[in-house]
Amino acid sequence: MDYNQIVPFIPNLRRYARALVGDRDAADDLVQDTLERAVRKFHLWRPGDLRAWLFSIMHNVFVNQLKGRKTGTHVEIDENMVAAPIPTATSVDVLDMQRGLQALVPEQREVVLLVALEDMSYADVSRALGIPIGTVMSRLSRGREKLRKFMAGDVTRTNPSLRIVQ
Amino acid sequence: MTEAEDRAQYADQNAALHRLFDPVLTEPLPARMYMRRPAWHGYARAAGLLVAGIAIGLALPLLRPAQGVTVATAAPLPIRAARAHLVYSPEVRHPVEVDAKDQDHLVKWLSKRLGLPLKVPVLATEGFELLGGRLLPGPDGPVAQFMYQDASGKRLTLYVSRPHAGDKVTAFRFAQDNGVSVFYWIDDDCGYALSGEVDKPTLARVANSVYHQIEQ
Repeated sequence: MDYNQIVPFIPNLRRYARALVGDRDAADDLVQDTLERAVRKFHLWRPGDLRAWLFSIMHNVFVNQLKGRKTGTHVEIDENMVAAPIPTATSVDVLDMQRGLQALVPEQREVVLLVALEDMSYADVSRALGIPIGTVMSRLSRGREKLRKFMAGDVTRTNPSLRIVQ
Repeated sequence: MTEAEDRAQYADQNAALHRLFDPVLTEPLPARMYMRRPAWHGYARAAGLLVAGIAIGLALPLLRPAQGVTVATAAPLPIRAARAHLVYSPEVRHPVEVDAKDQDHLVKWLSKRLGLPLKVPVLATEGFELLGGRLLPGPDGPVAQFMYQDASGKRLTLYVSRPHAGDKVTAFRFAQDNGVSVFYWIDDDCGYALSGEVDKPTLARVANSVYHQIEQ
């Protein structure tokens, strides 16, 4: 077991991190912290799904970062999210998707991204996030529904200052 | 909504997410993601050549051509080496300051200037003969460059430098800059970088030999 087994997963970890936290530098910091923690915790890895294990480490690092940053309210996090990636394609649905992701609470965003972007099974998501499969499914359907509303222009923002009055 | 409508919506969401974030998959990795390997490093030093060989073998398929390593500091060792290679390797009349004919003098001179006992690897079995060497300015003082050439006139340079403040100790790594491929490693008191505009397997083979001869 060494670092070279992890290297092939780095691009996926980066993609997921970028979608999760938005800002490029913050995302790469998340990846870096995850890699370092993975190297330190190699001895805890049981041969099995290395990908799910790495994503579970990233989840723990992400949660710790949220706790660390959450000195005030989650508004601070929302502000970070606004420094979002510059999309390479600027079609309307892509921009809506970006805003929609920002509107999800982090717990929903994680589940939606692991399923929709990383193509993980519910069982893998359950393992990576340390939550029951039923919780995976309910967070997924709530997250999907919120995104659907965004994509359909039926919008309720979590950030009160940006709420669109319907 | 019907189940079919749900499925169509979800497929749209998946597609939008992929359009938005798939470009991240092919972005060059920041150098720090290759280089900070605390647990691996000690192992590499202990296992020496074997590990270097594995690193080369595993690194090769991951590296995409024509994408530079994103660098964390102004000019890390492989970039300095690649630039020095670009400057001096095309020289027809004066590729080196001291010719390989005076190899003893060359090694004594450069060792004295760097303050390090230098070894010049012999790469004849890899098809490369020593042309000679020169002294270059580095960020913190003198740097040595040895130049090799094969029968077809292809040149490789070996850049030997005391580590700069930003150069982290690292096991065998690969980088590319301006079309120059570089294999390099940095130990506690010296950094080595072998550069060339040759294909990666060739460079890897020669670099392996250099590493073997220097780290024995």
